[in-house]
Amino acid sequence: MCGIVGLLVKKHEHREKLGEWMTPMFTCMAARGSDSGGMAIFGASLGQRERRFSLFARDRGYDWENLKASLLRRFDGSRRETARMETRANHAVLVSSIEPATLRAWLKDAAPSLHVLSVGQAIDLYKDMGDPKEIAVRYRFAEMAGSHCVGHTRMATESDVTPVHAHPFTAGEDFCLVHNGSLSNPYMLRRTLEKRGIAFETDNDTEAACRFIEWRLAQRDTLANALHHAFRHLDGFYTLLMATADQMTLVRDQFACKPAVVAETDDYVAISSEFRSLAHLPEISTAHTFEPEPEEIYSWTVSAPR
Amino acid sequence: MDSVGASVKLDLAQTTLRKVNHFLQHELGKEPAGTVEILNPAGAHNIAVGLDAPVDVHIRGHAGYYVAGMNKRATVTIHGNAGKGVAENIMSGVVRVKGDASDGTGASGQGGLLVVEGNAASRCGISMKGCDIVVGGNVGHVSGFMAQAGHLVVCGDAGAGLGDSLYEAVIYVRGRTHGLGADAREEPLTDADRATLAELLSAAGFDYDPGAFTRIGSARTLYHWNAEHREAYG
Repeated sequence: MCGIVGLLVKKHEHREKLGEWMTPMFTCMAARGSDSGGMAIFGASLGQRERRFSLFARDRGYDWENLKASLLRRFDGSRRETARMETRANHAVLVSSIEPATLRAWLKDAAPSLHVLSVGQAIDLYKDMGDPKEIAVRYRFAEMAGSHCVGHTRMATESDVTPVHAHPFTAGEDFCLVHNGSLSNPYMLRRTLEKRGIAFETDNDTEAACRFIEWRLAQRDTLANALHHAFRHLDGFYTLLMATADQMTLVRDQFACKPAVVAETDDYVAISSEFRSLAHLPEISTAHTFEPEPEEIYSWTVSAPR
Repeated sequence: MDSVGASVKLDLAQTTLRKVNHFLQHELGKEPAGTVEILNPAGAHNIAVGLDAPVDVHIRGHAGYYVAGMNKRATVTIHGNAGKGVAENIMSGVVRVKGDASDGTGASGQGGLLVVEGNAASRCGISMKGCDIVVGGNVGHVSGFMAQAGHLVVCGDAGAGLGDSLYEAVIYVRGRTHGLGADAREEPLTDADRATLAELLSAAGFDYDPGAFTRIGSARTLYHWNAEHREAYG
């Protein structure tokens, strides 16, 4: 099964409500997937020089202060790099002007047990193994603020159950994807991409879809063109929910056998595998509610900040 | 449970679904049981499944998967949308969805009437075995797949692959069909078809001209193994 959820708030004053509205959606969908869970939250974009790095440690008691101290020692500020860190249990969001490749290379040496879950101007990402309800509490999803978020509750049907096999998957910067379904040609996609120098972190089928679509975007395809490529090259069942810094996008494969419901009001667009996880949302009884058609692209853009 | 005369209100915000379904399945008398209102369904799955009593059930809001599944004799109205498999395997009675229905609507239904006033998604009437389904709006792709008996009436448009591998069920479409499935074909609309349509449309509460529908039936070429096609199965 697996559950997917997405929420985009249309009004600035509702950005503080994002986590509060989303968390019951996410925990309700724990019934569709209880082995792992994750959430990507998009907030206001940083200035050009800085990026947000979501870091994950398997050890819940990880010494982030120590990491920050060594980071500051290595990047001592003389080259005007900045580094701020917010931590939640075994996750940390590092805000820094250090170049992604430089930081990854340093982490590989200085903290090889850490994973970089996401990089970007707007994205923060939390994911782990275990009951999604506990994950929501551990990372305080209900307190999260932002313009949009996508989440996933996983019931693994193919690759391993580990924190890095949980969704959302990311590729490039400010791009993430969650998936309900299963692909039958992930290795073919992977071989195609690896030949082009694209590296994989897991053997998960969704990672192949995520890197495929991001590769097309990096080739300067519009998202619509990238998804038309995906329709042609992804073989299998999928409902895919993607997010970039300012968009949330939903597609279903030609069979549309993996569910999705969209509920839209003047205040929000909410997406879930099942309507029951949207039932708590304000004005839901009068929301425009529909199921997406096969191979149609549904996209919503975040309103410009005031 | 608030009971006034023959009318009962069950609030799913206050009572568990198991208790509500137990009441509907086991605690209604043998006499016509009046009206049961189910409040706050909140998209829960399996509401009012397995009923076997002449009761009138109103679900006030959106329901989840398999609502009114296996229905016998009861009249169940969903005042909202329904999830996957509404009235799955319906045996008799009437199930009405005031909003839209998700996929697999009326799957394998054996008797009774299922009305969707809005749209029904993919695979509507899949493997139906004698029930009647009337959809006020459109139906999604591969509707009527392997349908064996009964009638599927579509007042709007039908998605691709309509009636794929159809047996003896008959499909009527008033709008546009985006492609027929394997072995489905258009057939002339007879007087008997018009009479059937008039009866079903009237029962469903739609005022359309039966003459405006196209009949889709089975060409029956898939009924038997054709040895000449064996290469196709290599």
